[in-house]
Amino acid sequence: MSYSDRVWVAAAPLAFRVSGHRPVIALGWLPNPQYDNAVHFLKGPPMNFDFSDDLKLLRDQARRFLREHSPPKAARQVLEGEATYDEKLWKAISQMGWLGAAIPEEFGGAGIGYEGLCVLAEELGAALAPVPVSSSIYLAAEAILHGGSDAQKQAWLPKIATGERIGTFALAEGQGNPDPARIKATVKAGRLKGCKLPVPDGEIADVAVVVAKGPDGGVGLHLVDLTAPGVTRERLKTIDPSRNHARLVFAEAAAEPLGGGAPGWEAVQALLDRAAILLAFEQVGGAQACLDTAKTYAMERYAFGRPIGSFQAIKHKLADIYIATELARSNAYYGAWAIATDAAQLPVAAAAARVSATDAFERASKENIQTHGGMGFTWEADCHLYYRRAKLLSLTIGSPPFWKNRLIDQLELRNEP
Amino acid sequence: MDFNDSAGEAAFRAEVRTFLDRNAERKTGKRQVFRGRYVADADGLRRAKEWQARKAEAGFAAITWPTQWGGRSGTAMEQVIYNQEEADYSVPRGVFEIGLGMCIPTMMTYGTPERHGRYVKPALRGEEIWCQLFSEPAAGSDLAGLRTRAERDGDDWVINGQKIWTSGAHFADYGIIVTRTDPNAPKHQGLTFFYLDMRSKGIEVRRIKQISGLSNFNEVFFTDVRVPDSQRLGKVGDGWKVSLTTLMNERLAVGEAPGPDFEDIFALARSLELDDGPAIRNPAVREKLADWYVKTQGLKFTRFRTMTALSRGQTPGPEASITKAVSASKLQEIASFGMDLAGMAGGVMDADVAPMEAWFQEALLYAPGMRIAGGSDEILRNIIAERVLGLPADIRVDKDLPFNQLPTGPRSARRAG
Repeated sequence: MSYSDRVWVAAAPLAFRVSGHRPVIALGWLPNPQYDNAVHFLKGPPMNFDFSDDLKLLRDQARRFLREHSPPKAARQVLEGEATYDEKLWKAISQMGWLGAAIPEEFGGAGIGYEGLCVLAEELGAALAPVPVSSSIYLAAEAILHGGSDAQKQAWLPKIATGERIGTFALAEGQGNPDPARIKATVKAGRLKGCKLPVPDGEIADVAVVVAKGPDGGVGLHLVDLTAPGVTRERLKTIDPSRNHARLVFAEAAAEPLGGGAPGWEAVQALLDRAAILLAFEQVGGAQACLDTAKTYAMERYAFGRPIGSFQAIKHKLADIYIATELARSNAYYGAWAIATDAAQLPVAAAAARVSATDAFERASKENIQTHGGMGFTWEADCHLYYRRAKLLSLTIGSPPFWKNRLIDQLELRNEP
Repeated sequence: MDFNDSAGEAAFRAEVRTFLDRNAERKTGKRQVFRGRYVADADGLRRAKEWQARKAEAGFAAITWPTQWGGRSGTAMEQVIYNQEEADYSVPRGVFEIGLGMCIPTMMTYGTPERHGRYVKPALRGEEIWCQLFSEPAAGSDLAGLRTRAERDGDDWVINGQKIWTSGAHFADYGIIVTRTDPNAPKHQGLTFFYLDMRSKGIEVRRIKQISGLSNFNEVFFTDVRVPDSQRLGKVGDGWKVSLTTLMNERLAVGEAPGPDFEDIFALARSLELDDGPAIRNPAVREKLADWYVKTQGLKFTRFRTMTALSRGQTPGPEASITKAVSASKLQEIASFGMDLAGMAGGVMDADVAPMEAWFQEALLYAPGMRIAGGSDEILRNIIAERVLGLPADIRVDKDLPFNQLPTGPRSARRAG
């Protein structure tokens, strides 16, 4: 961490002068063959703030695969139909080992690591993939991996890694952001009582990690088999039916504490932090997809005798989406580093990635509709699929005010002696 | 991913620190960096020259330049490391950046070797200062609309006209200038590029008083200034091409707008009491802080991505183009909000009343310039839209017309010089 804590001061000249044709700043670092120095700018010792070539290859493969097997049409089919997710796609990505990317090999995973999972998350987000990856992998598998007993890990992780079983995380109990004071569900003598909503993929999941209070009032995480007696599930209507959400009612359902017992709210927050980083990659992918879509449309749609992309009102709008997306991508990369190395900075990195990515995807998805004009408001155009997903993702593990507040909380802690 | 110096980088960093510890004073507060940017008087200029000579002697004045030109054939990464380290010391800045960053590299490209020997090393050692004479009253964002005339007279050219926003013209020894030599040609085709002695007969420099009250820039008037043809850079009519080389070299120089940043507004919010308690506890304050934090970090990590691409020998992506587009308006917002926090006394600049020696108030007054200098917010968004996203260029109604037939408005008329 020798760079990150240091202010990088460029020698910014105060040349108060501007010009019309300026590829210079935009293409910033492109080498100029006329200028020998450019050669020297391209040599140097490693600064390693990007994914490896192997992971870039994985990203390209994932992109190609999803372009074919998870076009927007796939999300639309789930949105419009009765299916709760795309089972065929789920099987395919399971077989390719994506689900187990960050699960250690001893628990049936591929052991590629978190950077690999981040790369895949970005592509899944760009494709609006209608599959329960975030619930099963970013949340349930992570909870079990970091909080479960060895027996629990052995029992569940191999099945989750292969997609044979699907997990989810049940936290919310109606209105409100994550807060231990809002948890009313209770576990007594191994029996869970309470109501959770919305639970992402609540109708699909086989097992849930449920946040509930123990007899002593302390918050803990509990494993609940959702196929067992005492569990009723009811579909919830949401703004984005391409992802399933349900109300789960537990009436004396069997529950076993995750790991040795009540790990407290800190474990819940730590879980949310890690999920925030992975979801940020989905959001960055979504934002980029919106930018690409809007750009293509702006080039093809003519008005007043010109492509609408030649009007500055549209150009500046798309430039702003680009800026927000690049900032979000860079913040997400820092999150990837933090989760991969389990860095002390993870809580700050996670909140920053979450705030930045939420802003980017929400902005990109609504301005994508705006760029499309009336066409963007039709059911037939795909714009609304991204718009729905962007909003849903911005809420799913806590809305922006929650994460902004958490970010500042963590920064205050950082400065304390 | 990691942020560690490689062995080579660490060794270079240690070498830089040793040099700085021996030759400069470590700064005690961030504000000193800001103060150090401006050279107010002859004494400041003398200190800047001394410092530059010492840097050149030690081989740190132009790290990426080849050794035969007085550089050390170092890498871009080493230049970054040097900048990072130097930022911690109180040293004069803002005098040589334009000459070494833009003027001399243009000389290296278009001058002859004999001239390199004559101008490069004195510039590097701080013995001769260069300025860049580009912008004009009627040619800002539209630089190619410049009107300063150069007319051939025997072996000389005779220059008449006016330049503006010229940093450092009042203490510069030499300047590079782009002029119009053929008003009958379309605007980009009738330009020719020269360098000249700023003490030539017929040059008059007038300081511009900015809204900040400071005078960093000048107007420069040319009345029958004679320049030998041997001081022409590039062919007659190729001035636009040469100008682009100069601007290309600005790429390393465009950094973040200097001034109060996230850490400063964060510290201010922690130290100030609002009517309902500490400012840092106020949710509206926290939300704004979070937004600025993610922008600041997003820019920092975007630079890391650029550096990574460089050090891997790849051509960096266009993401480097967003820095100034984000940081200048962020500076203006932070400056304004820092004053909002002080309530009714926010406008007071007396250092005993205003927090942080009125840094926020000062920044409010110079921030508008940062959004214009080196490419306005609007031009930067055009560049991103056209060069990065590939959207169509603006329709240019003046592109193919002879320059002297272009329409001009009342605000474009040449001012009496």
